[in-house]
Amino acid sequence: MALLEVENLKVEFPTRKGVLTAVDNVSFSVEQGEILGVVGESGAGKSMTGAAVIGLLEPPGRIGGGQIRLDGKRIDNLSPDEMRKVRGRHIGAIFQDPLTSLNPLFTVGKQLIETIRTHLPMPAAEARKRAIEWLAEVGIPAPDRRIDQYPHQFSGGMRQRVVIALALCAEPRLIIADEPTTALDVSVQAQIIALLKRVCRERNAAAILVTHDMGVIAETADRVAVMYAGRLAEIGPVARVLQKPSHPYTAGLMGSIPRIGPRPDRLVQIEGSMPRLTDIPKGCAFNPRCPKAIAECHHLRPELRPVADGAAACLLYEGVTQ
Amino acid sequence: MLVFLVRRLLQAVMVMLAVAFIAFLMFRYLGDPVNNIVSQDATQEQREEVRKRLRLDDPLILQYGRFVVNAAQGDFGVSYRNSRPVSALLAERFPATAELVLVAAILSLALGIPLGIYTALKPRGVLSQGLQILSLVGISLPTFVTGILLILVFSVWLGWLPSFGRGDVIDIGWWWTGFLTATGLKALILPSFMLCLFQLTLIMRLVRAEMLEVLRADYIKFARARGLRNRTIHFRHALKNTLIPVVTIFGLQLGGLIAFAIITETVFQWPGMGALFIQAVNFTDVPVMAAYLVMVSLLFVIINTSVDLLYNVIDPRLRTDQTRATGRGA
Repeated sequence: MALLEVENLKVEFPTRKGVLTAVDNVSFSVEQGEILGVVGESGAGKSMTGAAVIGLLEPPGRIGGGQIRLDGKRIDNLSPDEMRKVRGRHIGAIFQDPLTSLNPLFTVGKQLIETIRTHLPMPAAEARKRAIEWLAEVGIPAPDRRIDQYPHQFSGGMRQRVVIALALCAEPRLIIADEPTTALDVSVQAQIIALLKRVCRERNAAAILVTHDMGVIAETADRVAVMYAGRLAEIGPVARVLQKPSHPYTAGLMGSIPRIGPRPDRLVQIEGSMPRLTDIPKGCAFNPRCPKAIAECHHLRPELRPVADGAAACLLYEGVTQ
Repeated sequence: MLVFLVRRLLQAVMVMLAVAFIAFLMFRYLGDPVNNIVSQDATQEQREEVRKRLRLDDPLILQYGRFVVNAAQGDFGVSYRNSRPVSALLAERFPATAELVLVAAILSLALGIPLGIYTALKPRGVLSQGLQILSLVGISLPTFVTGILLILVFSVWLGWLPSFGRGDVIDIGWWWTGFLTATGLKALILPSFMLCLFQLTLIMRLVRAEMLEVLRADYIKFARARGLRNRTIHFRHALKNTLIPVVTIFGLQLGGLIAFAIITETVFQWPGMGALFIQAVNFTDVPVMAAYLVMVSLLFVIINTSVDLLYNVIDPRLRTDQTRATGRGA
């Protein structure tokens, strides 16, 4: 059984003009110890999906349908306090900006110790020892000294290391990393990604890595899910999806990454832009921009179907041919 | 820290010297002090003699120096009206004002902070909305109006609480306290409530606004993601981050409490320094006015210096002398 199963997940935002669907019928699973990359443009619903899994959708956002199961047990309908006990202990999270993720008025040690002791009952002295071990684990030099320092005494990359330690210190089996390197220096990004990958591997923890950086996905993830306008366009093993994408949108995304070599006059781009949540076209959400669109794409909504060694939501694979 | 402390103390001394200068000038510009001493029909020679005897013909700077040295020793001269040392008058009146201000300050914090937190955590609740509206009343009604309304309701209509005075006070050596008698405590209720109402609503609204702001911060979201208890998140992580502006405003308002005490003391016939000051103004009792000015300024300076020190305690980022981070990059 997969560690995390998400089935037909819907995230909705009730507004004055009606209910907007930010995540629409998304299904995927994450295996034990697997790293699943989630890519897509801004507003494609990547972060929303992550927030829904960890139960931290900002109100008025809410889960409008579907199921989320961790180890076979539903977690989408838990009470707030039960869900709180899942967070940190079973599912950890890392957010975009390490500069603001840490409370500036508490030492990093205090924040680590309180997290450890919230989930794993143990004496303060032992929790402190463990906190020092965690700082060492994420590569912070002189951890026994730095544990008593405040976040402002750490650099950006160091702070993100502390954030990783905080997300992992209660030993969750799944980490949701929402753009963990976007706010960092390019030279630091690679180190943080490598660190995240290493600590996950060592603990056999699974991860959902939300990003729009294809390079990060290629280096880190086992499988990748591509999202477009709140829907899952394609999911499959990283190498295959990147090299031989099934969905025209993925193909467009891959095509638009500039390559080293002769400098083209114009960068390749997908015509148009992603629709707003208020006017998602009928049929396939990608149809107005799709170079391979056929008549049916304008009124038939494609389902996610097995394609090659993954799955894609595209009518081209549903036997609908002109 | 030591450097900071010394620098702040030096600044405080400068401020006090400036205030003392203004207080000193009052003697010169609110009429000739000699006129207040000699009789109406004194001759020019007699006046000159008094002037010489009191050394009022010395250069200004010398007189100022003498004033400062005396004031630093608590000697503000003799009241024109009561013919008693000003320091004795102040010492007699100070406990009344201090107790009133202390109770009002504690009330405004003890009620303002929890109410602010409550209205921030349950912004849509009926009680929160009601409190918000009430706080608008508290912040906009002038204190003397609320004071008179309080007297009308609780003293005149209901007859529960005294409308004036301090009740019975007990002499505990160097201090006359109203805390130890039933009448003293009862007499404290209305004036301290009137005095604290404005600060109370101010602090409540401030805590609420700050709290709402902080609850949106990334570190609160991350604290939730770490699975911390709501209690820990609200009362440890969020509350501590709202304290800096609260301490600032409270420090400023504490001075305001002392100043506003003049009005409260007048409304309730409270025998404190404020009432003394109002009498002094009516009778142009310059030594008392000067001493009051210096004392209130001294309290302001002490409060502001303490607030600056408190910042350091609350926010580690302001501790200047700590070794800065050496780690660069990851």
